[in-house]
Amino acid sequence: MSSTLSGTMGGAMSVTAAVQVRDLGKTFTLHNQGGAELAVLHGVSLEVRRGECVALDGPSGAGKSTLLKCIYGNYRTTQGSLIVGEGENAIDLATASARQQMAMRRTTVGYVSQFLRAIPRVSALDIVAEPLMEDANGDPDKLVAARRAAETLLLRLRIPVRLWSVPPATFSGGEQQRINIARGLIRPRPVLLLDEPTASLDADNRITVTAMINEAREQGAAIIGIFHDQRVRDSVATRVVNMADFK
Amino acid sequence: MSEQDQPILRVEALSKRYGDRLAVDQVSFDLWPGEVLAVVGESGSGKTTLLNCASARLLPDSGRVDFLTRHEGVVDVYRLSEAARRLLARTDWGYVHQNPADGLRMDVSAGANVGERLMALGERHYGRIRQEATQWLSRVEMQEDRIDESPATFSGGMRQRLQIARNLVTRPRLVFMDEPTSGLDVSVQAKLLDLLRTLTHQLHLASVIVTHDLAVARLLAHRMMVMKDGRVVEQGLTDQVLDDPQHPYTQLLVSSVLQP
Ligand SMILES: Nc1ncnc2c1ncn2[C@@H]1O[C@H](COP(=O)(O)OP(=O)(O)OP(=O)(O)O)[C@@H](O)[C@H]1O
Ligand SMILES: [Mg+2]
Repeated sequence: MSSTLSGTMGGAMSVTAAVQVRDLGKTFTLHNQGGAELAVLHGVSLEVRRGECVALDGPSGAGKSTLLKCIYGNYRTTQGSLIVGEGENAIDLATASARQQMAMRRTTVGYVSQFLRAIPRVSALDIVAEPLMEDANGDPDKLVAARRAAETLLLRLRIPVRLWSVPPATFSGGEQQRINIARGLIRPRPVLLLDEPTASLDADNRITVTAMINEAREQGAAIIGIFHDQRVRDSVATRVVNMADFK
Repeated sequence: MSEQDQPILRVEALSKRYGDRLAVDQVSFDLWPGEVLAVVGESGSGKTTLLNCASARLLPDSGRVDFLTRHEGVVDVYRLSEAARRLLARTDWGYVHQNPADGLRMDVSAGANVGERLMALGERHYGRIRQEATQWLSRVEMQEDRIDESPATFSGGMRQRLQIARNLVTRPRLVFMDEPTSGLDVSVQAKLLDLLRTLTHQLHLASVIVTHDLAVARLLAHRMMVMKDGRVVEQGLTDQVLDDPQHPYTQLLVSSVLQP
């Protein structure tokens, strides 16, 4: 794998994959249900390069969200390997230490979950700015820049200014989803995972988010997403992968 | 190696027995600078005993605790002299008790409580001590004009803030906390959690937090460790352990609460 591209966005595009999933398996063992085993993923192999946007397709319960969660390291895999990142930053999540996984989330993989997990008492603006503020290491200029970047995103996503200082717990579904998207996109990362990012959005915001996804891809992100909305999928996906193909 | 490449605390095979009961059984973990580790488990699982052994407040039967000092590299905490260990505990470490009365001196003013650790470091200038104390009171969102009052007159939430200020005034790099928010009203608890979250970020504090509240772990910790009968049964990134628990005990714990 090329090491010159690690951690950089834009510029020359990589010829190696930013995500390499090989023969991945995920089985949930429900110990409190008599040890029932739920084999959700089996034999999943997938390579995604920078500049690609892969849409995961398949019926409800097929394991689409589970696959994204495995790639983010939110769920642990039970089989196979899952290599994320390029060059020096590449790690196999199946064997990586907690510390490596935390570094991976900071430098390599962004994840927009289906629902926002609000943090009590933290304003919408700060929730969005937080990924950049973590990088600022207390540098006041960078903290200001982080807030600016958050404001720009909130404006673009049509979040009314009066809501910026309010914790999003009381926001509408669509507002929360836009906060979540802004938080996920504020810090460009080489790999982006999107779980139904437009499900609760109106037409205008859907178009905006579609444009933002395409911009991230054009800037060199490798994107894997779940897009139930056919129009959104058609306008962002460069490839569609059906979960049934893995079985 | 730079500081970032080494754990600030390394606990190795700590064990502690009470009579014929093993309260802590061969527990090991690393903690990195700026990292928050939550230790969860039911009462009696050995969380506090582990915390006390790791923070040199309780002599373990076996095992080892290494700490990365500011200037002298890694020290084996239990091989330090008693005096050196106490100095460490009063300067580079903090310890926040569940009951603030255990961590405060109730017979002196709020300002004196905060200033005490500075005096232990040799600061004798009254004006400077008072100024620092004032700053820390405001940093923990307490009214500065209460500096001369005794903590005995404070509410539970204010006492806990004061205890935190008292610990942080020497700019420790590692803070041990035992159920820092339990025993407080829900709204007071939320504010205190917010404060702890902000301070650990801003001060790049490494912290071991014992809690039985999974929501507290979710909010504050990067990593978590689940204890049962003195042993660590599961550990990992906080969201991993909470969203995809592997061990039967962790699954039971997670499924017993509403949306941790
Ligand atoms: N943490 C978990 N513990 C146990 N089972 C789980 C867990 N997460 C997911 N599952 C199970 O895995 C299966 C796949 O779920 P997943 O959410 O990945 O489906 P999906 O393809 O995203 O569906 P949808 O289109 O409805 O969102 C389901 O049967 C679900 O119940
Ligand atoms: Mg799903």
